[in-house]
Amino acid sequence: MSEEASGVVKKFLYINRKAPYGTVYALESLEVVLIAAAFDQDVSLAFFDDGVYQIAKGMDTKAIGQKNFSPTYKALGDYDINKIYVSKESLDARGLSKDDLMDLKYEDEDDDWAEKDSIHIVNSEELADLMDSQDVILSF
Amino acid sequence: MKFGILINEGPYTHQATDSAYQFTKAALEKGHEIFRVFFYHDGVNNATKLTEPPQDDRNIVNLWSALAKEHNLDLVVCVAAALRRGIQEENLAEGFRISGLGQLIESGIQADRMITFGD
Repeated sequence: MSEEASGVVKKFLYINRKAPYGTVYALESLEVVLIAAAFDQDVSLAFFDDGVYQIAKGMDTKAIGQKNFSPTYKALGDYDINKIYVSKESLDARGLSKDDLMDLKYEDEDDDWAEKDSIHIVNSEELADLMDSQDVILSF
Repeated sequence: MKFGILINEGPYTHQATDSAYQFTKAALEKGHEIFRVFFYHDGVNNATKLTEPPQDDRNIVNLWSALAKEHNLDLVVCVAAALRRGIQEENLAEGFRISGLGQLIESGIQADRMITFGD
């Protein structure tokens, strides 16, 4: 990717800390991420605090009269956004595990298009290292 | 240094835009460059000229407009977030322009530091 990009390639990390509904931050963060995909930057996503609910599976929003936008996360792999980090502590605190999350996958073009997991469960220390290694962090 | 500014909250309910304004002003006075100020989420509400606070309160929208005029600042309002909240060309305050989210990403790429003001 970096060879083809005409300009600078920076490491962008989008941090999602809020529940998917109740405020608009999750939806509008996802809109930024989808636009970011067109810029040939090195994009990672992190979900922690109530943000882990954004990628929980089995979402049904009928009763609150809002559009369920969670299927959009499944398309991220097709946009070459496949580095998704989820806080283990945040999952634990909410009684959740990886099995409660959507199956987010991507096809690895460097490995004969093998289907791989986009989600990585990380602890606080790993999240801190991840944040430390970024050029731009946007937290929603 | 070249800064990119992101404002995620509207005026008055949150101090975010006041803090962003004070930061931007201070940075410019110190000789730094502000690549762009981008307004997102409820931050787009900072851009309506219909804002009319009581006379003894600061008018945040006018403060931004004046700062933009003085320093040729690029104040960009996200189109999708703006349309959701009734911000359009006809009620846009002086010095602001409406554009896409790509302007935020570009700000992150071009600026040395990207600073977010919001909750």
